[in-house]
Amino acid sequence: MKSFTVLEGLVAPMDRANVDTDLIIPKQFLKSIKRSGFGPYLFDEVRYMDQGEPGQDCTHRPRNPEFALNKPRYQGARILLARENFGCGSSREHAPWALEDFGIHCIIAPSFADIFYNNCFKNGILPVELAPAVVDQLFQEMYENEGYSLVVDLSSQRVETPTGETISFAVDEFRKHCLLNGLDDIGLTLNSADAIRSYEQKWRKQSPWLFDVVGV
Amino acid sequence: MSGKTLYEKLWQSHLVEERDNDSGLIYIDRQLIHEVTSPQAFEGLRLANRQPWRVDANFAVPDHNVPTELHERSGGVAGIADPISRLQVQTLDDNCRDFQILEFQINDVRQGIVHVVGPEQGVTLPGMTIVCGDSHTSTHGALGAMAQGIGTSEVEHVMATQCLVQQKMKNMLVRVDGTLQTGVTAKDVVLAVIGEIGTAGGNNHAIEFGGEVVRALSMEGRMTICNMAIEAGARVGLIAVDDTTIEYVKGRPFAPRGELWDQAVVAWRELHSDDDAHFDRVIELRGEDIAPQVTWGTSPEMVLPVDGIIPDPQLMENAGKRHAADRALEYMGLKAGMAISDIQLDTVFIGSCTNSRIEDLRAAAAVVKGKKVASTVKRALVVPGSGQIKKQAEEEGLDKIFIEAGLEWREPGCSMCLAMNSDKLGAGEHCASTSNRNFEGRQGFGGRTHLVSPAMAAAAAVAGHFVDVRNW
Repeated sequence: MKSFTVLEGLVAPMDRANVDTDLIIPKQFLKSIKRSGFGPYLFDEVRYMDQGEPGQDCTHRPRNPEFALNKPRYQGARILLARENFGCGSSREHAPWALEDFGIHCIIAPSFADIFYNNCFKNGILPVELAPAVVDQLFQEMYENEGYSLVVDLSSQRVETPTGETISFAVDEFRKHCLLNGLDDIGLTLNSADAIRSYEQKWRKQSPWLFDVVGV
Repeated sequence: MSGKTLYEKLWQSHLVEERDNDSGLIYIDRQLIHEVTSPQAFEGLRLANRQPWRVDANFAVPDHNVPTELHERSGGVAGIADPISRLQVQTLDDNCRDFQILEFQINDVRQGIVHVVGPEQGVTLPGMTIVCGDSHTSTHGALGAMAQGIGTSEVEHVMATQCLVQQKMKNMLVRVDGTLQTGVTAKDVVLAVIGEIGTAGGNNHAIEFGGEVVRALSMEGRMTICNMAIEAGARVGLIAVDDTTIEYVKGRPFAPRGELWDQAVVAWRELHSDDDAHFDRVIELRGEDIAPQVTWGTSPEMVLPVDGIIPDPQLMENAGKRHAADRALEYMGLKAGMAISDIQLDTVFIGSCTNSRIEDLRAAAAVVKGKKVASTVKRALVVPGSGQIKKQAEEEGLDKIFIEAGLEWREPGCSMCLAMNSDKLGAGEHCASTSNRNFEGRQGFGGRTHLVSPAMAAAAAVAGHFVDVRNW
C-alpha cells in the first residue's frame, strides 16, 4: 500500500457540496479491469465539454474553461479543497484511483461519505475533515492568493497554512499507522489468522447453516 | 445497562478481535461479487500469491454490463457488442473458474442484479454479515443481515482473510407508524426519509427501519427501503426479522433445510433490537403524511410530493443549498415555481436493484393494463431484476400487458440505472426512473433523472408527465 507522511502542495477547489463518485469518475470508465490510468478522466463530465469514452486520448478534447482544475493557477494541484459529504454515492474505488492518478493526494472537506473515506486510505490519499468554518476560511484564503499551498503532516495531524497557522485534525490511529507506513493491511490481518480460525470454528458450531453451502 | 440494537447484536456476533476505539476485526459470512469491482481484487490475490480464505463464502454474478436486448443477450458473453464490457464479463467468468467460485453466468436463469439474486436464491440469509463491491449492498439488510458496500481493496481483503477491519457505526432508528395511502409504496417512504434527513444524514450510522408501516411491508418493499439507506449516507440499512422474513427465506435454493432450518429460525428470532436499546438518533414519520414522491434535482434529497412545486433557490437560507439548487435546476432544465406534474417525460425506466422485483412489476403492470404509452414518450423499458423474476412475470402474463401498452420487455440486468451497457439516456432527456440515483450524468451524459416508484413511473409513461397515482 502507498504511504502518506508529509505533503506540501498547491490547493485547488471543488466548490460544491455532495460531490458524488459518479461525478468523480463516470461509469463508462469503470469497465476497465485495471487499477491505473483513470487520471485523465477524473471529473470527466465537468472537466471536458464532450462525452468521454474509455481509452480515449484526452489531449485534444475541448476543456471546460470554467472548471477549476482546468485553470492555469491550479495546475499541479496536490490537495483538493472540497465541501460537505464529498464522495457520496457508489462504492467505486475507481474514484480514489482517479484522484491519485491525477496527482491529488489529500482532500480537505467538512465531511466525507463513509465508503469513499475508507477507500482513500487504501490508496495513499489522506482525507482530512475540518470544521465547516475552517474550510470556509481556507476556501477564502485560497481564492485570494494565487499559488496557495498547504502543508499536511499526518504524523502530527496538522495542516499548516502559508501564514504559519496550524490546524489540527483527527484521524483513526489504526488507519494513520497503516497510511504512515504504507502497510499491506491484508498482511496485517493475516497476522490474526489464528484468531480468525478459532472464531470460524466457534461460529460454524453455532451457525452451521452458514457453512458448506449447497444449493438445490 | 440498556439492551442492544440489531446492529450491535450483529456486530457482537461477528467480532473476531476487538480493537481500540470501538473498532474491530469483523468476520464476513458472504461476499457477493460482480464484474465491475472485482477484477482488480482477483489480480491483487494473484500478485500476492494468495488464495481465497473460504471459497464457498463467495457468489458471483455479472449484472452491470450485461446487454438487456434479446438479440445481443442471446449470444452470451461472446455476443456482447462493446469489447470493453465483454472483456470485463469474460474476466469475471475466468476468475470464478480459476478460483472455483460459484457464478451464475450471463444466461443462467438465476442470473440477475446481484442484490436481487442474493435474497431470491437464499444466498442472503438473516443474521449474516454480507459485503459486495457495490454500495447498494445495504439492500440485504432487509433480511436482518449486516450488509454493506465496500471498495475493491476491501473486496480483496475479504477474499483473502474473510474479515474486515471496521469502525463500529452509530445507531439510527427511522420509525414509520400508521398506514400508507393507496398507491403510496416503500419507494415513496424511503424517498421521504431521504428528503427529511438529507443525503449525508446517515453518515457513520447504521439505519434501522421500523414502525407499523415497515412491519406491514412485504420483503420486496423492505428491500427497496434498505437499498436506499446508502442514499441517506448510511452504508448499512436494517429491518428486524419477523414472520414475513422467515416465510420469505423458507424453501429458497440455498436456504437451510430440515433440522438446520429449525435451528436457524430459533437464532433468527433474536434478530431485532431490544425494547430498551439505545439509538443515537430517532426519526419519526407518519405513513398517512407520505404522498407519492418525485425528485426534481440531482441529489436524492431534492425530492417533493407529486403535487409539489419546484422550490425557489433564492428563498433558501443556506448558501450551499442555494448554490446546489441553482445548479441542479440549470442541469435539469427546470424553473422554480413549476409544478412537478408539468414535467414532461422522454423516457421511462422500470428496473434496478431498488425496484425490479415481482411486486414492482405487478404494480407497474396494474397501472398500464389496457392503456398505451403516451406518444411523446420515446422509450419505456421494463427490465426485470433476475431471470427468475422474468420467468415468473411471464407466467403471470405481465410481459404481455407491458408490450401491449407499448413498453419494452427486456432481459435482466442493471441496465439504465447506471447506463454501463447500451441502455442510456440522451442529453437533455427527462426520465421517470425507478432506480436510486439522480446524479448528473448517472443514466447517460446530460440525462435528467426523476426518481419515482414503479406505479408512478408507469402512470407517467401513460400520461407523458407526472401524475398522482393515488387518483389513477
